[in-house]
Amino acid sequence: MAANVKVLKRRELTWWENTFLPSIYAGLVITSRHFFGNLAIHISHVFGLRKKERGSTTYQYPEEKRPLAHRYRTRHRLMKRDSGETRCVACMLCETICPAHCIAIVAKEHPDPDIEKMPASFDIDLGKCVYCGFCVEVCPEDAIRMDTGRLDIAAYSRGGMILNFDHLMNPELPVLDPAKPVAR
Amino acid sequence: MPKLTIDGKEVEVPKGTRLIEAARKLGIEVAHYCYHPGLPIAGNCRMCLVEIEKNPKLQISCHIEAADGMVVKTQSALAKQGRQNTLEFLLLNHPVDCPVCDQAGECKLQDYYMEHGLHDPKFDDNKVRKSKKAFPIGPNVMLDTERCILCSRCVRFTDEITKTHEFGIFNRGDHSEVGLVPGKSLDNPYSANVVDICPVGALTDRDFRFKCRVWYLGKTPSVCTGCSRGCNIEIDYDRLRPHKKAGHDRIMRFKPRENSEVNKWWICDAGRYSYKLIDHGRLVAAKQSGIDASLDAALGEVAGLLAKAREQGRSGRIGVLASPDMTNEELFLVRQLFREELSAALAFEMAEPAGHKDDFLITADKHPNRAGAREILGTGLAKGEELLARAARGDLVALLVFHWDIAALAGADRLAAAARGAPLYVFATHENRTTYAARFALPVANFAEQSGTFTNCQGRVQRIAKAVEPLGESRPAWKILCEFSDALRLGWTHESAESVFAELSASVHAFAGMSWQTLGHAGATWKQGQPQEAAAAR
Ligand code: SF4
Ligand code: SF4
Ligand code: SF4
Ligand code: SF4
Ligand code: FES
Repeated sequence: MAANVKVLKRRELTWWENTFLPSIYAGLVITSRHFFGNLAIHISHVFGLRKKERGSTTYQYPEEKRPLAHRYRTRHRLMKRDSGETRCVACMLCETICPAHCIAIVAKEHPDPDIEKMPASFDIDLGKCVYCGFCVEVCPEDAIRMDTGRLDIAAYSRGGMILNFDHLMNPELPVLDPAKPVAR
Repeated sequence: MPKLTIDGKEVEVPKGTRLIEAARKLGIEVAHYCYHPGLPIAGNCRMCLVEIEKNPKLQISCHIEAADGMVVKTQSALAKQGRQNTLEFLLLNHPVDCPVCDQAGECKLQDYYMEHGLHDPKFDDNKVRKSKKAFPIGPNVMLDTERCILCSRCVRFTDEITKTHEFGIFNRGDHSEVGLVPGKSLDNPYSANVVDICPVGALTDRDFRFKCRVWYLGKTPSVCTGCSRGCNIEIDYDRLRPHKKAGHDRIMRFKPRENSEVNKWWICDAGRYSYKLIDHGRLVAAKQSGIDASLDAALGEVAGLLAKAREQGRSGRIGVLASPDMTNEELFLVRQLFREELSAALAFEMAEPAGHKDDFLITADKHPNRAGAREILGTGLAKGEELLARAARGDLVALLVFHWDIAALAGADRLAAAARGAPLYVFATHENRTTYAARFALPVANFAEQSGTFTNCQGRVQRIAKAVEPLGESRPAWKILCEFSDALRLGWTHESAESVFAELSASVHAFAGMSWQTLGHAGATWKQGQPQEAAAAR
C-alpha cells in the first residue's frame, strides 16, 4: 500500500511581514487588552462588583493553590493498618527500585510473628527524589503513596529535606528543619 | 565405568554415580531440593525428575545410579511437565510471603519457579496453616515451618554430620511439620549450617535476619581466620547502599564456600560470626601511648630507628615479634627485612592457653597461619616471652610487635616492664591494652581488607581476597614493611601481595611451583616431604 504523502509548502513572508512590525503591533494589542481588562475587573472587585470573574490568569500561591489532577505525584506518605500501625513491612523493594537512591530503610522484627517485619527507620531524601513514583508502584503492601497533595517542600539545609518515619506517617506535619533560622 | 548419554551428550562416570552428578559433570544442572552432595540421599522432594528412555515413568535423578547405555533426557516435554507439577505441589501450602522472607533473592523456590514453574496455580482452596510462624529454635537459627518444603536436609545434617539429632519431621500428610525433638534446642557448634542448606526461607539466620537484603551483597572469596583449619568462606559485604547511614557495619555475614579438601560445605558457628571483629573495636588511627597521633610520625620514627640501628651495627638488638595471624607474604617480608637484612632478634610464637577443638573442623590452634610462619621463619626461634625479658633487661633498642595482645597473654606487668626497657611499637588491627601501653600503636588492615595467602594446618596454601577498604588510616602490614624497606633503601618493588608471593614461592621450598593463578580459589597443598612442620602445628 503506497503511503499517502501530502506535501505542504511553507508560505514565503512578504517584505512587510519581514519587518515584524505587524506582529509586534498585534502582540501589544493582546497584552494591553488583558492588562486593561484585568485592571477593570480588579477595580470592580474593589467596589464589590463582578465577583465571579477571575482578575488574572496566574494563581496567587501560596494563598491560592492550583487544583491538582488526582494522579499527580506529591510528597510521600506511609499508609496505616486499621490498628494505626504502618502497613510497611520493610521489604526494601522501594529502596531497591528507587533510581535516585534516596530511600533508606532499616528493618526490625515485628512483635507479631504473623507480620514478621517492620521498619525501624524509614527515610526519604526529597532533595534527591525525582518523583518517578516507582516506589509506589513496586510496593507489594500498598504501604507508600504519593497522594498527599503537598508540594511545599523547602528547607534551609540538605538535611532538612529528609523525611523520616514520623513525617511519612503524618503527612500533615511540615518538614522540620533542625537548622532553620528563627524568624527575623 | 558406565557410559551414558544425557541430553545427547556422552559421559563416562565412576560406578555408583547418581544421574544428577553425572549431569553436573556435563554442566547440566538438574533442579533439586532435597539432594545435597554432602548428605545422604533422601529422594523426597521429587523435583529432580528426568526422563530415561525405555522407562515408562519419570525417575528422580538424585537417586538413580548411572548405568551403561542409559539415555537420559532432562529437557524433554515430559520431564519439564513433571518438574512443573512437582513445583506446583510444593507451593500448594506455601505462604509465598517473599517480601518479608529473608531468603528472598537466594531462594530455590523463587529460582525454580522462574525456571520451571511460571504456572497459574490451579488450587483455590485455603492453604493449610502450620502451627506457628517464625520462632527461634536455638541461639542462631529461626524456624518458620510454614515455608518449609519438608526436604529433610536439616534433619539429615543433624543426624549425619553433627550427630546431634535435634530435628525431626512430625505428623503426617499435609500436617507434616519439621521441628525440634521435644526438649532439645539447636545449639550445636555447627548449627547455622542448616540455614545454608535449607533451600527455602524456613530456616533463617537470627544474626543476619532483616539486616540486609541479599541482593545488596557483594561476595568475596576468603578464608576463615578463627582457627588453623582455614575453612573456605565467602565474605558478604554491603555493596549497593552508599547512601545508607554512615557507621553501620560493612560486613554482613560469612558463608561457607565449598572446598572438598578442607571444610566440605560447612563452617563452625564461631567462625561464621567472627565477621563482627572486622568492623568492631578496631584501631583506626595511630596512637601514642593511647592518644591519637600522626601515622606518618610513627612510621617515620620506626623507619629512622631501623636505619640508625643498622648504621650503628646494633640491628641485632631490634626485637621483632611477628605473628601467625600474618599472611605468608607478610611473614616472608618480615624474614627478608628483619632476618636477611637486619639480623634482628625474631620470634613469632607466645605461650597460649590451649584452645577448644573437636574431631570435625575446629582445631586447637586459633591462628590461621602458624604452619606458614613455621615454614617461612623456621621453628628454632625464640619465644615471644624471651623477647619481652630481653626488652625488660634493656637489652633491646626497640621491640616491634605484630598483632599479639601481650597484655592478655603475658600479663600487664611484663608488658609494662618491657615497655620501660625498650620503646614498644605495636602493629595491631584492634585496640587493646597492649596498644594503649605502646609508645606507638600503628593500625594495620585485617584479612578482609587485603589479599594474601594463609597456610592451614594441613599445609594447604589458600588465598584471601580484599572485600572492603582498610578502615581509617590502617593499611596492610606488607605495605608498611615495604615502606620500611624504602627507608633502608633496599630497592624492593612490590606492588601487590601477588608479587610478594611470586618471590616467596621462588625462595621457600614448600611453596615452590605455586603461583597466584595455580592456587585459584581452592588453594593447593604443599609438596610432599614438607608437611612435617604442618603436622607439628596441628
Ligand atoms: S518517587 Fe522515585 S525517586 Fe522518589 S523516592 Fe520514590 S522511587 Fe525514589
Ligand atoms: S515497598 Fe512498601 S512495604 Fe516494602 S519497604 Fe517500601 S513501603 Fe515498605
Ligand atoms: S521461602 Fe522463598 S518462596 Fe517462600 S516466602 Fe521465602 S523467598 Fe518466597
Ligand atoms: S526446614 Fe528447610 S532444610 Fe529443613 S526440611 Fe524444611 S525446607 Fe528442608
Ligand atoms: S532432589 Fe531428587 S528427589 Fe529431591
